[in-house]
Amino acid sequence: MIEAILLTIITAATPLVIAAMGELVTERAGVLNLGVEGMMIMGAVCAFAGAQLTGLPLVGLVAGIVGGALFSLLFGFLTLTLVTNQVATGLALTLLGLGLSGQLGEAFVGIPGVKLAPIVIPVLSDIPVVGPLLFRQDITFYLSIALVIGVNWFLFRSRTGLKLRAIGDNHGSAHALGISVIRTRYLAVMFGGACAGLAGAQLSLVYTPQWVENMSAGRGWIALALVVFASWRPWRVLAGGYIFGAVGILQLHAQAFGIGVPSQFLSMLPYAVTIVVLIIISHNRRTTLINTPACLGKPFVPDR
Amino acid sequence: MRIELQRRPAASGVFSLVSPLLALVLTLIFGAIMFRLLGKDPGHALYSFFVEPLLEVWSLHELAIKAGPLILIAVGLSVCYRSNNWNIGAEGQFTIGAITGSILPILVPQWHSVLVLPLMLVMGAAGGALFAGIPALLKTRFNTNEILVSLMLVYIAQLFLDWLVRGPWRDPKGFNFPQSISFAPEAVLPPLLDSGRAHASILFALLAAVLVWFMMRFMLKGFEVTVLGRSERAGRFAGFSARRMVWFSMMLSGAFAGLAGISEVSGSIGHLQPSISPGYGFTAIIVAFLGRLNPLGAIASGFVLALTYLGGEAAQLSIGVSDKVTRVFQGLLLFFVLSCDTLILYRVRIIFGSGRAREAKS
Repeated sequence: MIEAILLTIITAATPLVIAAMGELVTERAGVLNLGVEGMMIMGAVCAFAGAQLTGLPLVGLVAGIVGGALFSLLFGFLTLTLVTNQVATGLALTLLGLGLSGQLGEAFVGIPGVKLAPIVIPVLSDIPVVGPLLFRQDITFYLSIALVIGVNWFLFRSRTGLKLRAIGDNHGSAHALGISVIRTRYLAVMFGGACAGLAGAQLSLVYTPQWVENMSAGRGWIALALVVFASWRPWRVLAGGYIFGAVGILQLHAQAFGIGVPSQFLSMLPYAVTIVVLIIISHNRRTTLINTPACLGKPFVPDR
Repeated sequence: MRIELQRRPAASGVFSLVSPLLALVLTLIFGAIMFRLLGKDPGHALYSFFVEPLLEVWSLHELAIKAGPLILIAVGLSVCYRSNNWNIGAEGQFTIGAITGSILPILVPQWHSVLVLPLMLVMGAAGGALFAGIPALLKTRFNTNEILVSLMLVYIAQLFLDWLVRGPWRDPKGFNFPQSISFAPEAVLPPLLDSGRAHASILFALLAAVLVWFMMRFMLKGFEVTVLGRSERAGRFAGFSARRMVWFSMMLSGAFAGLAGISEVSGSIGHLQPSISPGYGFTAIIVAFLGRLNPLGAIASGFVLALTYLGGEAAQLSIGVSDKVTRVFQGLLLFFVLSCDTLILYRVRIIFGSGRAREAKS
């Protein structure tokens, strides 16, 4: 029983971690993309379509990643090339993504999906308790862990990562040093889009292998909150993702048990917890200021 | 090929007017392409989407019904966004306004008085304002991000409404349908004209737009909104309080959203049910931007977006496309509005050939 609950928590936390890792890189480069929800749902519908049309869930996974990345390019073009307001453009991306995915996914409503098969790692998967939990997962779980390790290494151990952080903290100086601000930001935005797409693909290929309109149900927004919660640090995203995942799953089990609280109030929990967590994290103005990339959300027009 | 931006010495007056229109034209062109891809005749499709709803009296009434909440919410959001406070939870404030406004007709249905309706409206607006006060309180007190908080509160408000109409407020004689008792006649916003359903919410919207326009144009408060929105530092030097502005702008937009909510429930629906809005709170964000964050502009853009709702319903019947096309249209429109707004502040130059070639020449 407990093992089953832990398994579902991992499945629920994985998309949050993946999407938040992407957004973390985007925000570290100084770009605030509020379109995570939209990119996620586009990833979900592209992945479902890819898997349906080919019968291969892995193709679906790739389709989700590509779909999310391409969709984020739209945001990149507007905010980076046309220097539009990032908050408004991110909202636009979410609204368009929700609409477009509904339109694209219309043909898939009610069709049973193809589930991504787990990859069993020999030897390790035979360890009691830990084995089935951590080593009989599908590829998205392994990818989520690899992302955390990889992004952490990239940001804090690699030269390019240092440049990316410099751009996020002071785009004027970075530009003066000859670092290509716009190009790096394009790549960071697309990385965020690809991750959100992958997270969406996980939803429609693993979590609930089917297509339902608005199936991301605010997870993109929770991923955004997760980045703030993690104060822009990869390992804390992992921890936070599992806390949020656990809240989401435990409230479902509480509903099934019928503990006397109306189900709607339990369903509110993930959103309420997000607010509470934001309060706890943000109330210290000084630490927030230190952690936030200094140029987050600010427009940049290179002087020539 | 590259695109370069050159900042204009001053914002272009011409493009301030042209850019929303340009965005509309671009949306229509993309819409035509989309219909072609769906295998429909684009001309016929656009006609039934954007013209047919304007040809009959009853659908003009529907247009006013849909435009009312959109304009009302967008007027509040315009002030909010101008002051650089990002309330994106109007959908939640709309929902809470509908709930608090419905307290009288649902809990004391036996009280018949002319006072009921005005009290409902006031309570609805107050409920919306207080609900928007939560992100304001958290932003001023704990420095939390109002975008995320107001959005999370949308889900909470909708679940709360869902619980009410399935639980304590469910009509006992309603055959277990998840809805409240129907409002008594004195709790219903009456139709404005004999010819159709349109009720007072459109009047509230127009009045709010004019009042807020007056405030923004001629009153110190409006100036304060603009200054604090452009630069909080400059505002502080002028003695304006950014903290109080958070409260003012959030609660103003919340009050308008709440008023829109109770007007919709009282005028169009007549009872509470789990779903009371086709996403007015979110679409109003598009209305606000298409209206260039100007209250009078919101009137025009509110009717445009109301038309996309009606067009979606009409096109579903006449050409058999799904009503989801509406949301695609709305999303596209916001994208084009935002891109076209670049033209106001910048001169856009498209440079062919690579940048290096140009540098080599000079």
